[in-house]
Amino acid sequence: MSVDSVIHDIGYQRYTGPRLGRGYAFRSLFLHGLRTAYGLGRPAKAKIFPWSVATIVAAVAVVLTAIRAQTGEQVLSYVQYTEQMGLMAILYVAIVAPELVSRDLRSGVLPLYFTRALSATDYALAKLGALVCAVWLLLGGPQLIMFFGGAFGTDDGAKGVWNEFVDLLAGQVYAGIHAVVFASLALLVASLTGKRAFAAGGIVAAYLMTLPIVGILSVTDSQAARDLAGVVSPAGLVQGVGQWFFDTDAIEVGDYGPVYGVVAVAFVAGCATLLLGRYRKVATR
Amino acid sequence: MPRLAPPPYPRRVPLIATQSLTKKYNARVTALDDLTVTVEPGVIGLVGANGAGKSTLIKILLGLLPPTSGQARVFGLDPTVDTAAVRARVGYMPEHDCLPPDLSAAEFVTHLGRISGLPRTAARERASEALRHVGLYEERYRQIGGYSTGMKQRVKLAQALVHDPDLLLLDEPTNGLDPAGRDAMLGLIHRIGTEFGISVVVCSHLLGEVERICDSLVAIDGGRLLRSAQLSAMTTATDVLVVEVSEGMAELARRLADLGIQARQDGRLLLVALESDDTYDRILAAVAELDLPLHRLDQRRHHVAELFRTPAAQGAQVGGSASEAAHVR
Repeated sequence: MSVDSVIHDIGYQRYTGPRLGRGYAFRSLFLHGLRTAYGLGRPAKAKIFPWSVATIVAAVAVVLTAIRAQTGEQVLSYVQYTEQMGLMAILYVAIVAPELVSRDLRSGVLPLYFTRALSATDYALAKLGALVCAVWLLLGGPQLIMFFGGAFGTDDGAKGVWNEFVDLLAGQVYAGIHAVVFASLALLVASLTGKRAFAAGGIVAAYLMTLPIVGILSVTDSQAARDLAGVVSPAGLVQGVGQWFFDTDAIEVGDYGPVYGVVAVAFVAGCATLLLGRYRKVATR
Repeated sequence: MPRLAPPPYPRRVPLIATQSLTKKYNARVTALDDLTVTVEPGVIGLVGANGAGKSTLIKILLGLLPPTSGQARVFGLDPTVDTAAVRARVGYMPEHDCLPPDLSAAEFVTHLGRISGLPRTAARERASEALRHVGLYEERYRQIGGYSTGMKQRVKLAQALVHDPDLLLLDEPTNGLDPAGRDAMLGLIHRIGTEFGISVVVCSHLLGEVERICDSLVAIDGGRLLRSAQLSAMTTATDVLVVEVSEGMAELARRLADLGIQARQDGRLLLVALESDDTYDRILAAVAELDLPLHRLDQRRHHVAELFRTPAAQGAQVGGSASEAAHVR
């Protein structure tokens, strides 16, 4: 061995690079959540459900685009498409919200987050953001297929493309409304239990249990009661807002459109507040 | 413009210092009661029975819980005020299960590295390094759900190490491990404390376990400080030989006394101060002479137990070896 030979230190190396702050930690958790929502970075089993839902939703968009290209008839507008896919979105959040938060409660991983840069509020908001984005991508993504089909098939040149784009924008906004309302309720329910099956059941129940009330109210004699029936159910609430904004004709809201808007905002704010409160409590355990 | 230069060396601050630290969960439950203790860097054992307040102390040091009164300082910083600054330099390994079964160790530790503020590439590299240091390099791409308890404890340690902290807080790191696993884990902790240059606080309810690897010990009981001491000061203390014979113990004790060796009886054991190298031989000779069936003869350091001699009544509750020491004077 020569005198010049180098001894390679394979011992412990201190880290001297940059340490990023809370904003970076928040973004990291958000991205991790978004990936989890589609099973990325996780075993194949975890990918089956989200990707089958996404495939179905995308397949519908492809079929609609094909029909329109063949016959020139637009069976469903972007907004109507979003509305029809609402049920798939409910199914999706019922399975994915527990994956995002119930799993963490179950495995006890939360203390590892809360002893790092993240606060309980950061954690809850990052997860909520991730689920909102995931649902929005689910409903909004396939609309791009419809848009490209429609834009290329238009006979009105640039004006036709522009009209198509305005319609798409409405569809994207409506997808966003679905995402925010559905995700906030689902995440709140899922954060209450570490058992994923219970959480999924609870989320579906929260949507289904309110439907009979809507049904009863919508057949009463009072016009006001019929118009306001949708307010008591999360799905009806979203449809009411859709009717007010985009005239989807899904339900009757009469002159009460703004009521739906206000209730929807209050509903989301309420869910988010309860979610934050829940995690503040969990964090001190 | 003249500027005030910072002092050439930062003022030396203790690793951890608490001042009359009190934590009450409600009117009846007092987890920490007027705890004042100063801890210097090194490997520190924090011992106490279950419910003594160890976990509460750790949570206050991490800024998870605010103290009811008094104050705590870590690196001279107040964890309730400078929470982020403290946490960036502290790694925490909780007592309970905290691992998601469906992720690989590499994926999970990388993720937590990023939550600790490491950029993407650095997080991946440091996660691999941390897993290598805890001895999980080969298995790191397997799902954690398929790991043994020992491997899971190592992942928990790796995630505490990933962001290169200056202090590790380990809550019962040997929980659920078999004797070989315990030895391996304690060896690893000792290596981290001595070779990596990271201070370690090891919480345990088993005094005999942590005394093997610690430079200093803090014992708490019922939320109060029992004793705090450097072990290095005690290394010259005489060690203890434990003699166990299945019969004729009184006979042996008398025989040893005749030989000028003080022996104290502790249950089924005889404890003898190891004063010189030939004490071993003289005991063996005495046993052979009396033709007694010898079960064991081994050496045990008693300095740790010595720490808990006062107050004796409380000390006896802290760990198994404390009661032995009470008899060896």
